[in-house]
Amino acid sequence: MATTVTTRASGARSAPDAPVTARRSWFRSAAPTLTFLGRRLLSSAIVLLGATFIVYMLLSFALDPLEDLRTSTAPNKEALIDARVRLLDLDTPPVIRYFKWLGALFTGDLGSSWVSGQQVTALLGSAIPSTVQLVAASTLIAIGLGVLVGIVSALRQYTRFDYSVTFLSFVLYSLPAFWVAVLLKLWGAIGFNDFLADPHIPPMWLAIISLASGVIWSSVIGGSTRTRWISFAASVVATAGLLTFISGTGWLLDPSLGMLGIAAIGVGIAFGITALTAGLGNRRALYSALTTVAIGVALYVPLQYAFVNASTWLIVGLGVVAIGVGLVVGWAFGGYDRAISMRGAAITALGVGLLIYVDRVMAVWQAYSNASQINGRPIATIGSQTPGLSGDYWVESLDKFTHLVLPTIALILISFASYTRYSRASLLEVMNQDYIRTARAKGLSERVVTTRHAFRNALIPLATVVPLDIAALFSGAIITERIFAWSGMGQLFLRSLQARDADPVMGYFLVTGTLLVLANIVVDFVYAALDPRIRVNS
Amino acid sequence: MSLTPPLEPNEGIVDPAENVENAIEMKEVEGLSQGRIVLRRFLRHRGAMISAFVLLAVVLLVTTSIGWGFIPGWWQYSYKDLNPIVNAGGAPTMGFQDGGFTFGSHPFGQDNVGHDGFALVMRGTQQSLTVMLVVGLLSTTIGVVVGALAGFFRGRLDDLLMRFTDMIITIPVIMIGAILGVLVGGASPWSLAVALSLVSWTNMARLVRGQFLTLREREFVDAARVAGASNGRIMFKHILPNAVGVIIVNATLLMASAILLETALSYLGFGINSPEVSLGQLINEYQTAFATRPWLFWWPGLFIVTIALCVNFIGDGLRDAFDPRQRRIPTNRALAKADARKARAAARTASA
Repeated sequence: MATTVTTRASGARSAPDAPVTARRSWFRSAAPTLTFLGRRLLSSAIVLLGATFIVYMLLSFALDPLEDLRTSTAPNKEALIDARVRLLDLDTPPVIRYFKWLGALFTGDLGSSWVSGQQVTALLGSAIPSTVQLVAASTLIAIGLGVLVGIVSALRQYTRFDYSVTFLSFVLYSLPAFWVAVLLKLWGAIGFNDFLADPHIPPMWLAIISLASGVIWSSVIGGSTRTRWISFAASVVATAGLLTFISGTGWLLDPSLGMLGIAAIGVGIAFGITALTAGLGNRRALYSALTTVAIGVALYVPLQYAFVNASTWLIVGLGVVAIGVGLVVGWAFGGYDRAISMRGAAITALGVGLLIYVDRVMAVWQAYSNASQINGRPIATIGSQTPGLSGDYWVESLDKFTHLVLPTIALILISFASYTRYSRASLLEVMNQDYIRTARAKGLSERVVTTRHAFRNALIPLATVVPLDIAALFSGAIITERIFAWSGMGQLFLRSLQARDADPVMGYFLVTGTLLVLANIVVDFVYAALDPRIRVNS
Repeated sequence: MSLTPPLEPNEGIVDPAENVENAIEMKEVEGLSQGRIVLRRFLRHRGAMISAFVLLAVVLLVTTSIGWGFIPGWWQYSYKDLNPIVNAGGAPTMGFQDGGFTFGSHPFGQDNVGHDGFALVMRGTQQSLTVMLVVGLLSTTIGVVVGALAGFFRGRLDDLLMRFTDMIITIPVIMIGAILGVLVGGASPWSLAVALSLVSWTNMARLVRGQFLTLREREFVDAARVAGASNGRIMFKHILPNAVGVIIVNATLLMASAILLETALSYLGFGINSPEVSLGQLINEYQTAFATRPWLFWWPGLFIVTIALCVNFIGDGLRDAFDPRQRRIPTNRALAKADARKARAAARTASA
């Protein structure tokens, strides 16, 4: 056993992409982690400096701020050109201008846009929150969904489901972002809004969607032919019933979950979470999750009064309280392994809290969609808010959501595929390891083997990708932002580049480059923290 | 009735399941060179083969239809021609009319001034394919050279080259592509391709470096050195052929991302500009007409997706083919069939 460990460890060390360990002997002395961090920060700073230099030079060669004046017919053309040359210091060679820019940078001055006269820091200050708002939700959902689908696809390797997911992820890989976004505008916004005018699902579509859901669920659940047919039939009936209800009652015009809906979905969440985290055999975990659902449903009516003067902080605070309640309930049920019950109950509590929140947002849907500015077409295609719309916190939230939904879907579609591929590949690799066989051999259930032993280790390679993707999304949303007219970082970059305005572009690059470099350092540490075979400090 | 060859004497005795597995194992390695094995595996990858055929068909279509360079074209319109508008609004003439399928004179429709949609899409695909190929070749070359030097010589040179690579990676590709696009102008696909190659070699360099770092420690490198081979010879004649799998696979994936990058840049207006045509530029130009003339938007997009998808699938097939751990997993049905066949054969020999 010892030999296998060492060989594997040395294998990991000699891996070319692990410079972390190669330098290990070099600073075995005191505080190696700090030394390592210092070295990484220093080398990253040098890399970043070099990159800013390259970009600055490229910009000064590529952008001609005098372009509009050269072809100008103004009588004082010469004077205008002189004025701009003086304004932008164009007589100085670009190299010296770069060092001037750098010097100003250290005093916290990023320069200003000569076109609009605004400070770059101010431009960034308004663009960054807007981009974060756009990117955060889509990244989280894409990671969650991608990992989930990838895991299921790996567990059902070489089935039709697996092949379909593989094919789908290749298709998503190959889709140009701008094409997807324009199509989404057409179908997601215009099509859906048209549909809302008369929200009756035609029977043919109802049949198609129900059958599709039957095929998907039966292949996800798998098992023997009998089980497959049962799950197929059950999901077809359930989907058809749900769609008939939605279509028949005009639910989409005035959606709500209601106490009953929250209770039903909450119980479903409780069972699902317990099945995944503890196994349904663990009665204490199940009961503590169900108890939190009961508490949530009981608090439904009182919460409606608390929601009258809601604010973001109140909602965040209530979310924290929900997690706390879940933890307390799990703790109260006790048992030999409290942590499992507490975790399950906390996740369930958060889920139920989310349902109550969604229900409250849904309550303003009808009023929102009938408002004169919306005029029955709630899904927005451009911008981040409806101009001239005023309302309470809930209306504003809903307005934000309707503007976010399309760009978020576009971003998810683009980045979802790579997470699926990653998690599928890494879970397959992990599932073939010896310790999984050991875990199975000692009689653990397949659920425990998958969730405790395989899943966690399969996430390690993913943890090295996610920080980089989060950093990259700040610059990668350029196309999505442009199509949906979302004034974030991408728009700032594009507009400045088109206006031949160098300083905002440099500011943009400074932010994205720094984030990327920091993400790389984070990756090294996360990797070392997750995989004990790789060490930054020893 | 039986046309199967006479059975080997011992075939009925072997455990059927084991025999099936052995047969699969044996078939993989029976006295074949590495190249043959890879080729055979690739040919068996159904997705990759279909994609290769589709891609070939696309290439043939775009090169012969409106002509390319010295190749004459058979299509009657040029992408620059302004033709009288045939259908109302320039709608495609392709479709089912009078009980039969017809292509008509403008199968992909026309725009508002009468450009032929088919010729435009063909021209755009030519340009995008050019960019894809040039980027694939050029950035692979740069990446391989940088990675080989860094991985083979290690030390200072490695540090220097890898920090430089880090530097290029830090700059978002779309950003530097856009800047270079402004710099070289929307003149031709060639200059755009060169510009894109200058930034998209980084991943390749890292991978090749990794390969060289491990391969340079192998015995055959020592053997070559003892035999008096120069550094250059060891690098390119001895180590490089061993890293060719990784390089080819990544070159394909690089090409798939190159076509998406080119179209994205052209879409943003930083790549190929009007009057020249590329697929992204077409979508950019006609997206406002989407509600009235959707065909101008559909066809370029469809070609981008088709090409990128095919290249991605070919890359996947190549990766599987080059992966020595890859084994063909027989499906349950194939195993059952083989079992049944063996059982029948056993029954026959028993009755004989």
